[in-house]
Amino acid sequence: MAEVPMLEMKGITKRFPGVLANDRVDFDLYAGEVHTLLGENGAGKSTLMKILYGLYQADEGKILLNGRPVEIASPTSAIEHNIGMIHQHFMLVDTLTVAENVALGLPSSRGVLTDLDAVSEKIVALGKQYGLEIDPAATVWQLAVGQKQRVEIIKALYRVARLLILDEPTAVLTPQEVEQLFATLHQMTADGRGLIFISHKLHEVLALSDRITVLRHGRVTGNTTTEGATRSSLASMMVGREVKLAPDKPETEVGPAALEISGLRVIGDRGNVVIDDLDLEVHTGEILGIAGVSGNGQRELAETIAGLRQAESGSIVIAGSDVTNQTPAGVRSAGLAYVPEGRMKDGSIGPFTVAENLLLIDHNSKEFLDAGLLNFEAIRKHSQSLVDEFAVKTPSLDTPVRSLSGGNIQKLILARELSGTPNVLVASQPTRGVDIGAAEYIHIRLIEQRDQSTAILMISEDLDEIFGLSDRVAVMYEGKIMGIVDPKTVGREDVGLMMAGVSQEGRSAPGA
Amino acid sequence: MSDFFTEAVLIATVAGAIRLAVPLLLASLGETFGQRSGVLNLGVDGIMLLGAFAGYYTVLKTDNVWYGLLAGIAVGIGLGLASSLISVTLQAEQGISGIGVYLFGLGMSDLLFQRLVGTPVPITKFPKVDIPGLSDIPWLGRMFFQHSVVVYLAFLAVPLAMFIINRTTFGMNIRAVGENPEAADSLGVSVAAVRYATVTIGGTMAGVAGAALAIDLGIFQQNLTNAQGFIAIALVYFGAWRPLGVMAGALLYGFVNSLVLQFKTLGIIPQSWSDIAAMAPAVITILALVIVARRFRAPAALTKPFTRGT
Repeated sequence: MAEVPMLEMKGITKRFPGVLANDRVDFDLYAGEVHTLLGENGAGKSTLMKILYGLYQADEGKILLNGRPVEIASPTSAIEHNIGMIHQHFMLVDTLTVAENVALGLPSSRGVLTDLDAVSEKIVALGKQYGLEIDPAATVWQLAVGQKQRVEIIKALYRVARLLILDEPTAVLTPQEVEQLFATLHQMTADGRGLIFISHKLHEVLALSDRITVLRHGRVTGNTTTEGATRSSLASMMVGREVKLAPDKPETEVGPAALEISGLRVIGDRGNVVIDDLDLEVHTGEILGIAGVSGNGQRELAETIAGLRQAESGSIVIAGSDVTNQTPAGVRSAGLAYVPEGRMKDGSIGPFTVAENLLLIDHNSKEFLDAGLLNFEAIRKHSQSLVDEFAVKTPSLDTPVRSLSGGNIQKLILARELSGTPNVLVASQPTRGVDIGAAEYIHIRLIEQRDQSTAILMISEDLDEIFGLSDRVAVMYEGKIMGIVDPKTVGREDVGLMMAGVSQEGRSAPGA
Repeated sequence: MSDFFTEAVLIATVAGAIRLAVPLLLASLGETFGQRSGVLNLGVDGIMLLGAFAGYYTVLKTDNVWYGLLAGIAVGIGLGLASSLISVTLQAEQGISGIGVYLFGLGMSDLLFQRLVGTPVPITKFPKVDIPGLSDIPWLGRMFFQHSVVVYLAFLAVPLAMFIINRTTFGMNIRAVGENPEAADSLGVSVAAVRYATVTIGGTMAGVAGAALAIDLGIFQQNLTNAQGFIAIALVYFGAWRPLGVMAGALLYGFVNSLVLQFKTLGIIPQSWSDIAAMAPAVITILALVIVARRFRAPAALTKPFTRGT
């Protein structure tokens, strides 16, 4: 490692109205290393990196590059300082080609005319050097997610980035794609580049980093080298207390099938087939995890079961009654509870209060009506008991839901959905973007619900969650079930290959 | 009806279609630039009206049509910059603020006309320029190659716009900013600068379109454009944000308009129907819009103001 760090951020403070996003944060990076910034959502990681990339200005503190203080007023000046950033959400123009996306913002060798031929040649050369092969003439919207990621990295390399910020770059990749990405990243550090890696996936952090800095509530709460760190030690540093990463899961009796899907075919938003001849059974007392890269029909599957999307053909049976193409209310009356993936979009109504949101599925129930009008006393009693039972942290029952944290909104939705006695629970991304504490709690509740003989279909892109909770794992790829495996005997690598559509495992019987 | 199928009438219909398409073509090409960068300027008709008055008044005073065209350009630049300020810097709701610009242009052009001119006086029109050789071709020569310079320039602007949008770095920036301004911004492209430029180009073209209309007719009156600026905006959608498509739309409108005029002159349409017939170009254009435009996607950031870091 070099003597002088390539980057030092000293005493960075950033305030937003009502929030101290960064509180005197110190961070440094040496050439040739991977320094991970670890923390929960809202811990201030992205804010710190946006300051480094010139998207925000710090209220206090200074930035030194190679020992010299610098002002980074805009992304342009960050690029001039050889800083590159791979954003969490791809910063690509879908309607432009790969070459155009790379050339954007750079001076052209042909003056006012674009020089895409020269750019394309260089893209191909960079691709060969770093194992990032891509067709420069392809339009970005045609590319798969993993290819888009390559374009992002090429964009940074093309601008001769010496310091690269990677903001949750693995969120949408299969395990194999992650491996490929890591190989590329190792090659980049070997070239003497410095990488800042932002993630909350602990095993990836351990696999990639040299050093780890942990942020919590905008402050640095820990520094460690990767040697000696474990997943649970990192999780404790993030949360500030001991956490159980894998919940205890007692053996249960698997009962009869409560959710039976056969020959299901569904058309997606763009008119294409998104679910194709899909068969699936979930039994009482089991959690069936659906693994897969997002966009392979998982969302549509959940929506179709919940009655929010039309099935072209096939049938869905819940606890013996056919609910195919029933209204959402009809499906619910057959015993379905549904936790949608978008907790603000589909799961709750932001401006409505906690009590109102808890009532959403029961507003027609006699229990809460008095001569056709809402019975507020009964509603308050009901909501208070749910808020207490599910430990939803809220100032009052009259607080609008949008002002709660993601984890508390998710707990509230779960409380509402589990308030009846559902035969089947469909939970999409139940802990995506929520803090570790809330995720831990939600996992425990899901297992409890399973033990009370609810059949649970859990859709998740988080393999830790899939492997930690599921009794059986079904892998979805391009609208089909690639195979159903036992997570106790089949490893992540095999599931990863199936997620990429490679191999088809034999289906295991429930409980096998 | 048989009166219509004579050489003179057919040629006049086609030549008229081309002539009538020009103000629309200019205005909608300009608007295409703004919309490709994500800004919808509903004020086109207002800018056209003020450009028309400026052109008319300048020709009235100087008797020079080119000064008139320059006056239209000047008004267009001014109002284009004002529109940029409103939609880019001040981030006003684009579906509403443009209506303000329209009403300003409508009222101001009439006020200035009443104060400075009063009773309409005809002015010098554009001279016709026969393209040597081509204008002598039977039929086609009189249809396409015996027009004013402005007509030729307007149609030459189509390949020029295509070239700028598709082959220059400026055009690439326009397309990027209109689709994903965050991505463009993260690579150091100034979203505001691109949008100021495109909206000002749009304003300038609208100003020229108005001046060209007034000098072509040789007259000015209240609401001279008769909402052609709004048709121009519709044509951008019709043309799927592409110069060639926009040209096709402008020609369609011009042709239907020219046809209705000929039918009225020949008495094919009874006089009592003429008001209804006058709606035909707009109705047909809108119908075509509904059928054609559905197949194409608008620039993703259209009408969305950009703020960094949100």
